[in-house]
Amino acid sequence: MIQTRSLSVRIGDQPIVDRVDLDLPLGTITGLVGESGSGKSMTALAIIGLLPHHAMASGQVLLDGHDILPLPESLRCRLRGKRIGMIFQEPMTALNPLMTIGDQVAETLLIHSGIDRAEALAQARDQLNRVGLPAPRFPLDLYPHQLSGGQRQRVAIALAIALRPDLLIADEPTTALDVTTQAQILDLLHKLVRDEGMAMLLITHDLAVVAGHADQVAVMQAGKIVETGPTEAVFRTQKHAYTRQLFAASRHVPSLIRSDDPQPLMQAHNVVREYSLPHGGDILRAVDGVSLTIHRGESLGLVGESGSGKSTLTRALLGLDPLQGGQITLDGRPVTAGRSMPRDLRARMQVVFQDPFGSFNPRWRVDRLIAEPFHLTGYPPDWRNRVAAALEQVELRPDDARKYIHEFSGGQRQRIAIARALITRPQLIVLDEAVSALDVRVRAQVLNLLTDLRKTHGMAYLFISHDLSVVRGISERVLVMKSGRIVEDGPPEQVMDAPRDPYTRQLVAATPRIPADWFPDPA
Amino acid sequence: MLRYLFRRILSLGLSLLVASALIFSVVELVPGDPASFMLGTGAQPETVAALREQMGLDQPLPIRYASWLGTILQGDFGTSFTYKTPVAGMILDRIQVSLPLAIMALLLATAIAFPIGLYAASHRGRAGDVAVMGGTQLGIALPNFWFAMLLVLIFAVKLRWFPAGGFPGWSQPLAALKALLLPAIALALPQAAILARVLRSALIETQGQDYIRTARAKGLTERQTLHRHALRNALIPVLTILGMQFSFLLAGAIIIENVFYLPGLGRLIFQAITQRDLIVVQSAVLVLVAAVIAVTFIVDLAYAIIDPRLRKT
Amino acid sequence: MILGAALAGLALLAAALSWFWTPFDVTQMAIADKLQGPTVVHWFGTDHFGRDILSMVMVGARTSIAVALVAVGIGMGIGVPLGLIAASHRGRWLDEVIMRGNDLIFAFPSLVSAILFAAVFGPSALNAIIAIGIFNIPVFARVTRAAALPIWTLDYIRAAEVAGKGTTLISLQHVLPNITNLLIVQGTIQFSLGILAEAGLSYVGLGAQPPTPSWGRMLAEAQTMVTLAPHVAIIPGLCIVLTVLGLNLLGDGLRDMLDPRLKAMR
Repeated sequence: MIQTRSLSVRIGDQPIVDRVDLDLPLGTITGLVGESGSGKSMTALAIIGLLPHHAMASGQVLLDGHDILPLPESLRCRLRGKRIGMIFQEPMTALNPLMTIGDQVAETLLIHSGIDRAEALAQARDQLNRVGLPAPRFPLDLYPHQLSGGQRQRVAIALAIALRPDLLIADEPTTALDVTTQAQILDLLHKLVRDEGMAMLLITHDLAVVAGHADQVAVMQAGKIVETGPTEAVFRTQKHAYTRQLFAASRHVPSLIRSDDPQPLMQAHNVVREYSLPHGGDILRAVDGVSLTIHRGESLGLVGESGSGKSTLTRALLGLDPLQGGQITLDGRPVTAGRSMPRDLRARMQVVFQDPFGSFNPRWRVDRLIAEPFHLTGYPPDWRNRVAAALEQVELRPDDARKYIHEFSGGQRQRIAIARALITRPQLIVLDEAVSALDVRVRAQVLNLLTDLRKTHGMAYLFISHDLSVVRGISERVLVMKSGRIVEDGPPEQVMDAPRDPYTRQLVAATPRIPADWFPDPA
Repeated sequence: MLRYLFRRILSLGLSLLVASALIFSVVELVPGDPASFMLGTGAQPETVAALREQMGLDQPLPIRYASWLGTILQGDFGTSFTYKTPVAGMILDRIQVSLPLAIMALLLATAIAFPIGLYAASHRGRAGDVAVMGGTQLGIALPNFWFAMLLVLIFAVKLRWFPAGGFPGWSQPLAALKALLLPAIALALPQAAILARVLRSALIETQGQDYIRTARAKGLTERQTLHRHALRNALIPVLTILGMQFSFLLAGAIIIENVFYLPGLGRLIFQAITQRDLIVVQSAVLVLVAAVIAVTFIVDLAYAIIDPRLRKT
Repeated sequence: MILGAALAGLALLAAALSWFWTPFDVTQMAIADKLQGPTVVHWFGTDHFGRDILSMVMVGARTSIAVALVAVGIGMGIGVPLGLIAASHRGRWLDEVIMRGNDLIFAFPSLVSAILFAAVFGPSALNAIIAIGIFNIPVFARVTRAAALPIWTLDYIRAAEVAGKGTTLISLQHVLPNITNLLIVQGTIQFSLGILAEAGLSYVGLGAQPPTPSWGRMLAEAQTMVTLAPHVAIIPGLCIVLTVLGLNLLGDGLRDMLDPRLKAMR
């Protein structure tokens, strides 16, 4: 069994992890939840002994009662992979691209036990079978690039558990994966912990994932564990104020307003988007005959997993790519790619992207960034006042206009992105995963802001996300996309509670949820 | 893999074709026409006319290019205007000095650079790294021909360990190697400095990748990750530089040959320039450029051997 | 970095000063004073014609720096726009054509093109500039394209497209300003490589012609009497090494200073 006692990590004078006590008994899953920057990952890296060079750990990490923190590096290497294993968030880059998956799994066995390569490969075969990559379909000499993200994460799991460690640390193991793949990987991890009697430390920002899989939970804020206990009890009582805030934000639903204008604003008819794949020359039909209508003032949700074609469809709707078939109209006028689309028409739709860091040219000041869409309409003489007004609408200060983007937090940047989208007073704003990168509490604030803005301005939203639960809160109607087609179209309650399409049913079932009766009654 | 190979071979052929056309047309830019240029201003009109006919200058440009290319493909580079001997034979003689020199320098540079790069990367930020990298800064700033002069001054003139110049021919292999050693060192050292720096930064870059963290979580020591995972991945950028360096080494060899009075391609070219022997210059430049293109091709193949992602389809 | 700037600055200063004043006239020969070691009058000694080496080194700095600077200018002026165009047409035929053209020019090291030009037009400093400049074009085109490609995937480019901006405007307003740091660093590197290349070319007689002093030719002339008077060969060589070293250190320093990733870590 592994325990930490007063485990602290500091970088320079900055405390990152502050006196953390964790008990990780064999056969149990411990969820460690918190927002980004709370010190979750640093805690895990301190336990396994892989902290960055400039970070200093103190306190104790006890393995069967012996403190392993002061051990020299050579001895810690012998524990890593053998007694403590770890998997990481990003499966696409977690494996060596130049080494076969068999060798990568066998390497764990080779360096810790005196067996030869043939024996190690034979055992690697067994491990890969166990994680759901069975023999004929997944030979040992595959390279990582021949596998999908979920399959790569299975390889990473296989090499982490090859020597049946006492503790498996899983740092956001499914955050980069699609919902359906996430469910499969979590089930696999769950089963392995039960079968092997390992301890698992499951680090996640997602309370619903913890609710579904962890036996006990620790809530972390600013380097400290603020609350810990059996999962259901913590969720039901929510003793600490921070825990309550997290829960409130995660199930936050802004009060939805209904649009009552049934006139169509944007219409797509049998839209087809194809492109040829690099190297292969094959044609990929990413959007395959999609028809949809967005009404004036409507808030429409579009849900799909990666590869569903929703990003390609979004680019087509924004008039960034030419169509191979079908037609898109905005206000009855055709949407076409590039300069052939009239500027005044383009000005009627704007967009907010996912990445709060990549959405702004770092060398421009905020006023110039927000005013960029005026390129379509011509800069009005009072454009600086308009920028100031837009900043106020998104609850920032007018004098923020003279700052550069790096001076703002992720949530503030999304507000600036919204201000930029508002500046030409468009009739449609496309929100492309606009809150996906934000922590739950900030996400709730941005969703509130979006709802308020629609109330005052009356524009339509197209809200695109991979996450059904987020779309549910902000949309009057939800479309589900799969393999380039729209497979479901209806009000969110119906899509979530009584899906008609088999894929939607699968998606809904895979979406992690906190059991409704776990929440304390609102008093 | 086959598709990749096919594409590479196609681009190799195309590059050679366009390069030859470029070289051919630059020579056409000569003031006046090539025949009178080569003969100089004092030449008799009859001689010029004879040379014109011999070179086929009365025919239109594309046809001359095609026939020039045709004869080259048969291994015939024409006849030197000054020496009246076949250019192909002259180049073949001279390349027996230049090519071994460039290859020796490349091997030396690699042999010096890899231990240094690995050492610096594994001691990153420590005194050893700083000292070694300071040394490479100096190495990069060294003009190879000046370095060669210093080597001659020390090892040939003062210590008399090596000949100061000249080449005994390959009939005496040991003496020939000895004659090439100082020039090879002069060529190799500045290149080794560049290579060591590239290797170090490529290793440090790969050491920061996620899969290195995975390997560390398996229980590999930092040293083991460096040798088992980082090195192979770092080879990809290093290979690019290695390929480029060969062209610098070949060019550098031409200069260094002057310091050591080696009868290589370089000496031939400079004599030909002063003698206005366009046929020799043209052919020699073509051979040099073709060598560079061929090395690029070999580097491309090596990529595919290292990187399985390129082998698909 | 400071050392680098100081060394590079010294070379520039010497070059600039040589326009107005040198200790001696570089064309003035004094056979009686030939091959003197460093003295109070001739700080760096004299060469085989009795010319003052310090003066020649100063004027030589002017030649080297001018050649390298113009060559970098040619490389940047043509290479950067090419790289920007290639990046904005990434994956399409124009990109392919530009990059294959680059690969081709890359097969002509500056020495090889200088040989070709010298054979056709006769050797001159202008040939050296053009040969080095041409070789710089694909270097800058590649660096520009490689740096611009990841920027094209960022969402602020999407936002600019939604704001109706075309590829040219986006390349100028969004891409170029975000890669200037890198181009400045590459410019310093190419500048120092240009000085080395110029020295090599004039050493073999393909660069600046007599009587213009240049570091490379001083070395070529010194070679025959290197045993008699080593300082004649050592001093111009040291000038090259120190200038190039200074520029490289300056480039490294600039990269560390301008790289936002490194800045964020501090």
